[in-house]
Formats: sequence, structure tokens, C-alpha cells
Amino acid sequence: MTRPLTEDQRLLQDSARDFFSERAPVKALRAERDAGRPFDPELWREIAELGFAGAAVPEQSGGSGMGWRSIGLVLEAAGRTLVASPLTQTGLVGVAAIRTLGSEAQRERLLPLLAAGTATTALAFDEGAHHAPTGIAMRAVRDGDGWRLDGHKRFVPDGATASHILVAALAAPTPGAAESLALFVVDATASGVARRPLAMADSRGMADIELTGVRVADDMRLSGRTDLGSTMTDAGAAGLERVLDIARIGLAAEMLGAADALFTLTLAYLKDRRQFGQPIGSFQALQHRAARMLVDLELTRSCVTAALDALDDAEGGDKAAAAAAAQIPALASLAKARAGDTLHLVSNEAVQLHGGIGMTDAFDAGLYLKRARVLETLYGSAGWHRDRSARLEGY
Amino acid sequence: MSASTLEGFRSETRAWLEANCPPAMRTPLSEKEVVWGGRNAQFPNEDARLWLERMGERGWTAPTWPSAYGGGGLSPAENAVLQEELKRIDARPPLWSFGLWMFGPVLLEFGSEAQKQAWIPDIVRGRTRWCQGYSEPGAGSDLASLATRCEDRGDHFLVNGQKIWTSYADKADWMFCLVRTDTTAKHGGISFIVFDMRTPGVETRPIKLISGESPFCETFLTDVRVPKEQLVGRLNGGWEIAKRLLTHERQSISTAAFGGGGGLDLVEAAKQSVGLMCGQLADSDLRSRIAAFRMQERAFQLTVRRAQAEARAGGNIDHLASLFKYAAASLNQQRLELLVESLGLGGLGWEGDGFDPDALRATRHWLRSKGNSIEGGTSEINLNVVAKRVLGLPDPI
Repeated sequence: MTRPLTEDQRLLQDSARDFFSERAPVKALRAERDAGRPFDPELWREIAELGFAGAAVPEQSGGSGMGWRSIGLVLEAAGRTLVASPLTQTGLVGVAAIRTLGSEAQRERLLPLLAAGTATTALAFDEGAHHAPTGIAMRAVRDGDGWRLDGHKRFVPDGATASHILVAALAAPTPGAAESLALFVVDATASGVARRPLAMADSRGMADIELTGVRVADDMRLSGRTDLGSTMTDAGAAGLERVLDIARIGLAAEMLGAADALFTLTLAYLKDRRQFGQPIGSFQALQHRAARMLVDLELTRSCVTAALDALDDAEGGDKAAAAAAAQIPALASLAKARAGDTLHLVSNEAVQLHGGIGMTDAFDAGLYLKRARVLETLYGSAGWHRDRSARLEGY
Repeated sequence: MSASTLEGFRSETRAWLEANCPPAMRTPLSEKEVVWGGRNAQFPNEDARLWLERMGERGWTAPTWPSAYGGGGLSPAENAVLQEELKRIDARPPLWSFGLWMFGPVLLEFGSEAQKQAWIPDIVRGRTRWCQGYSEPGAGSDLASLATRCEDRGDHFLVNGQKIWTSYADKADWMFCLVRTDTTAKHGGISFIVFDMRTPGVETRPIKLISGESPFCETFLTDVRVPKEQLVGRLNGGWEIAKRLLTHERQSISTAAFGGGGGLDLVEAAKQSVGLMCGQLADSDLRSRIAAFRMQERAFQLTVRRAQAEARAGGNIDHLASLFKYAAASLNQQRLELLVESLGLGGLGWEGDGFDPDALRATRHWLRSKGNSIEGGTSEINLNVVAKRVLGLPDPI
């Protein structure tokens, strides 16, 4: 249920916005890109030190225990300036995977490393150019007291740089049992891991990853919970679906931040740029386009907020938590699709409304546009999530 | 207010509603059963009359209005509890009223003490039905160009002119009305007056719409004598009141008035009429458009809830009224287009036994919905308001 921010969350939001706008403005991304680096390790150290990486990590595991809405606020602030860092893949997705699927021992061991930023993770899920939860062919087979992984993953965000790869693979939990999806924590430097960095349009560190007979100890298989319920056909994938939904909601927060900041930039230009002797923002044709973008942004903010709140409300074992949990798949798809559509619109309009300057590499609009499409596509396009929403409603 | 006092209020409220809300008032409200109140109030049944009587007596038709004028005198937090409790038992609204949604809020803000005493209690109790005299044949989107003349005749005003699109003028008891009291200033020459519809010289004529219904009227005003104490606010100070009232109107339109669909659920109607193939709507193009619409609708509902939560926390959400009105109108039109499309030719029947009554209602609602983006400020005007007042974009030179 939607609620106003707490005092702590307001402070976190302010400090995240201040930090990213001063320490990591868009020109920092441009500098990293021009230097050929996916991110600045010193920036990541500072992000972790400020507690942003551990915002969703419980206090007993070295985090600030502020919850999903809080990491959402941090990601939204980071999205505003297109911050390039392991924050999304580690502080959101990695934390979600270990909190959701890890045993108590795994949580105690791994979460402090992620909160401190000393370990970084990359979720290796999809094996093609499109999000396809039913298309996983990566196999894990029993090998002595551990597992042996074979297969390949494509377009893994942060895949070239993360210290640990979270690999989704089909595995039989006990000998002879039916295979189901499980998540394995794989040391990126392990023997048999081949990473091929991909130069993507958004200048982030994606990679294709090939696993050939990679040995993984049994205690690196995340398998703690099977009680989450699933709308995927594979019952064993229940927890994994929750992890994906958290990732989708976090990306939606990041997209909301990017769309809001780019809209603000565009609005300022409409007031500033003069043609025919007046600001172009005085023309009704442009005013209506700006107003429609605001409508989209307001609706998107509501969806993202409701989805993050549902994640927090779903913690705990009571009836209210179960009711909130049941809403997560629909809200995750709603937030991801809505934020994707909004950022799509705003990123196109930003270029058009800026005219020629919007087409130049020196101007920021292009960087937003490129990042926008990657975020829109990751973990399901708007179309994919509309299809899922229809399935969830039984048509 | 402390949480424990609030919980005390909740249990009292729950007990009172349990004892006073008739069971028949805990079922979905159909259009024919709406209670508009007024001198000639129509009630679908005795329970509806009783429900209005009891809620009105407690001031809970207008929960946050001051109790000095018959309102409920509740704090925003208490009102939130009341609304939750009403929703919990699916209680019908006891009264629909332009007095509650539009006129009352501005009268509380701009009216004199005597005016509030005279008119507010009857709005709360549903004893007076109000109508809105805004648009004129020559003043639609450009409302401030209105020309209905109002002359000072010493001890009274004399009003001459014509209003149009006056919702339910033929059924209303009183009108709140924008008139021109100065022809030398556009916005600064408008005043806000009210009068009894029985006053000599007031004549109404219903307008038949494309949906076949006549919810709107032309209102002719010929030498209408209006007592001077029926001027609200100051002379030539009506435009500010008019704009405030529009804000209330747009909020109420977007949160309450749209949504009638002739009793048909879009997804269910599509499933039955179009059919499923492998668990999915057989028309895949329609399916994706319905899914997109349903998500947009959910996003809008979440936004209304977020705004309400912000308002309860003390935030001002007036600036969102135009945005909400624009979005709500567009959504309602999309929904009814999709509904009619889903029903095929069965959704285009006009009358008679050959059609499902719900489908016939869908046809009429679909046609009526075309007005959603025109009434209460066109979508274009609402986008103008968002651009100027929310985004701060300049006027053309």
C-alpha cells in the first residue's frame, strides 16, 4: 500500500541525490566511456561506504536494513545521472537473490560482502537476446559432493567485471528428482569460466559467458526457500521469479529516475530556447507534449512506489505479508512496463525537442536514449510484461 | 490525533455503520438508484431514503466540513478511517451532489457567514440540488468570455443571458452561476451569483445527446431578479472562485464520476464474446490492447491513491486535478471503445429485445463517454493548465 516516505527514507533520498549529482554527474559516465572503462572503482568504493550498496541488506548482515523502498530510492537517484556502477546488479539483484534464495548460512556469509562492496555480483539468467525464463538450457549436474555447470549465457549485465556470477541453471535437487531452475554462485575467476565483454551502446560492462565443466561447491547453490509460490510453470523457480521481480522493480526505479531527470532537462530547454521571438515552450503543440510526459511520469511514479512498498510489505510471515506477496508479480510487470514506456517516450521526445543539439554526442540526451533501450529490454520488454499481465489475469 | 484515539474512532464508526447502514445499501449502486437529493428527491426505495437521512444527520455526506454548518467535522485522518470503513462494508454513497463536490467547497472558502448558514446544511442533508451555470453558447473552452449580463438595479441584480450544457438544470433547485458584471474587463468582470431555479424568468430545455439521453440543458435567463445577498465573494471577483470550483470539479470527475460500463467487465466480456484459444484471447491484437489498457487503468488508480495519501499527510494536490481529469477521461473512453470492440456488432445495438441489456447500456455509455474529454474542461484545456500551472511554461507572446 502506498505510503509517504519515513524520515530516514527522506534523508537517504536526499543524500543519494546529492552524492550522485555531485560525485557522478552524467559527464562522469562520458569520461568512463571515453576511457574505455565500464565504471570507476573508486566511485563504487564510496557508494558502498555510504551504505547505498547495503540499503536492502538486513542489519545483522552488515547492511542498513532499510528495505526495498530504500534501495529503490537510491537506484532512482542513480538513474537520474546514469550512474555507471555495480549498484543495481550487486545491491539490488545480488542482495535479492541471496536474501530470497539463500540459506541462513549463505546469507550470513555472502550478504556482508555485498553490503561492503568487496564482492560484486552479476545475474546470468538469459541465454539469448530476449528475456525468456522458459528458455534456460544451462545444466548443473551432480559431481561428487558439488556440481558441474555447462552452458552459455548472453548479455550478462556487469558480466565482464563482477567478482561472482549468479548462474541460473537446470538442476535436479536430489538424484533422480525432476530438474528445476536453481541459482549458483560462481567465482568469476574459476576454471572453465570464459567471459567475452560486449561493447554495448550504453557503454556498460555486459558480457557473454561460457561455462565449460565449471565446478561449484554444493554450498554455493542458493536453495534456501521454496515457499514463495510461482506463476512460472516450473515450481522450483518460485524463488527465482521473486528475484527477477525485484530486479524488474529496481530497474523500473532506475528508469523512473532517468526519465524524470531527462524530462527536467528538456523542460528547461523549452523555457530557454527562443525561436520566432519567443521561448519554444510557449507553443501549444510543445506544451501538450510536455504535459503528456508529466502525466506518464506521475503514473509511473505511483506504480514504482506501489511495487517497492509491496516488496517491503511481503516481508514477514503474516496474512498481510502473504496478501502483499500475491500482488508482486502483477505490480512488477506493471512497474517495469510503465517505466519502460515512459522512458521510451521521454528519451525520444528529449532528442526531438532539443533539435540538432539533441543529436550531438556532446549533449546528454543521447546517453539517456542509449541507456534507456538497454533498461527497457532487460528482464522483459514492456510488451513481454503486458503479455505476462494478461496471463496473470487469465486471458 | 494519537493512534489509539483513531482506533477508538474506528470501532465507534464500525459499530455505528453496522447499526445504521441498511443491508440493501451494501450492494453495488446502479445508475438508476443514484440519489441526487433536492426538493423533489427520488429514492429507489425506503432504505436509500433512510441511509441519506442518517448519514446526513451525522454530517457524513460531507465528513470534513465544519460541524457548525452540519458537516461531519472530521480530521483528514478520521475521514480516511471513515472511508475505509465504508469501503469495508461496500456501502453506497448516500448522495451524489454537485453541492457536495463543487459548490460547497468554494462556498466554505469564499462565502459569507450568513451564506454558509443558509446553504451548506441543506447540501449536507441533500435537501437542495444544485446545478452549474458556467458554459454559454459563445463561451466554452474560453469560459471567461461569458456574456450573461448582470446589472445592478439598486436593491437587486437583474440577469439576462443564456447558459448551456447545464447538467440536470431541469431537475435542480438552485443554480450557481457565472455572470458578467463589467464589460470592460474580461476575467476581472465576472461575478459568482446563486439563485433559485423557481425565480421568474428561468427556463430550462433538455438537450438530446448522441447517446439518446439528455443529461444536459440549455438554460435561458430573462430578467431574472437576484437578491444582492446572493452574490458570493466580491463583485467582479468571480473568476478566482470559478477556477477553484473547476479544480474541485475535475477532482471529483476523475475520482468518482467515470467508470460506469453498463455492468460489463471488459475482460470477462472479451473472453465470452471473442473466446479463448489456449487460454488466451483469440484476437491477439485486442488482447494486447486490453492488457495495455488494464495496466494504464491500474497505474491511474495507484496514482489516485498516492495523491490521497499525500493529501492526508498534509500535501497540496490541487495541481494534479487537471492531470487527473485528462487521464480519467482518456481511460474511460479507451475502456468503452475496447468494450464495444470486444462485443462486436453485439456492442452496437440501440434498443429492443434482440440485445443483452448490459450490451445496450455499453452502447449508450460508449457514446456518452465521448463527452468525457469535453465536459469540465476539454482535454486540450486541461493540458494547457498542466503546461502552464504545473510545468511553468510561458504564454505565447
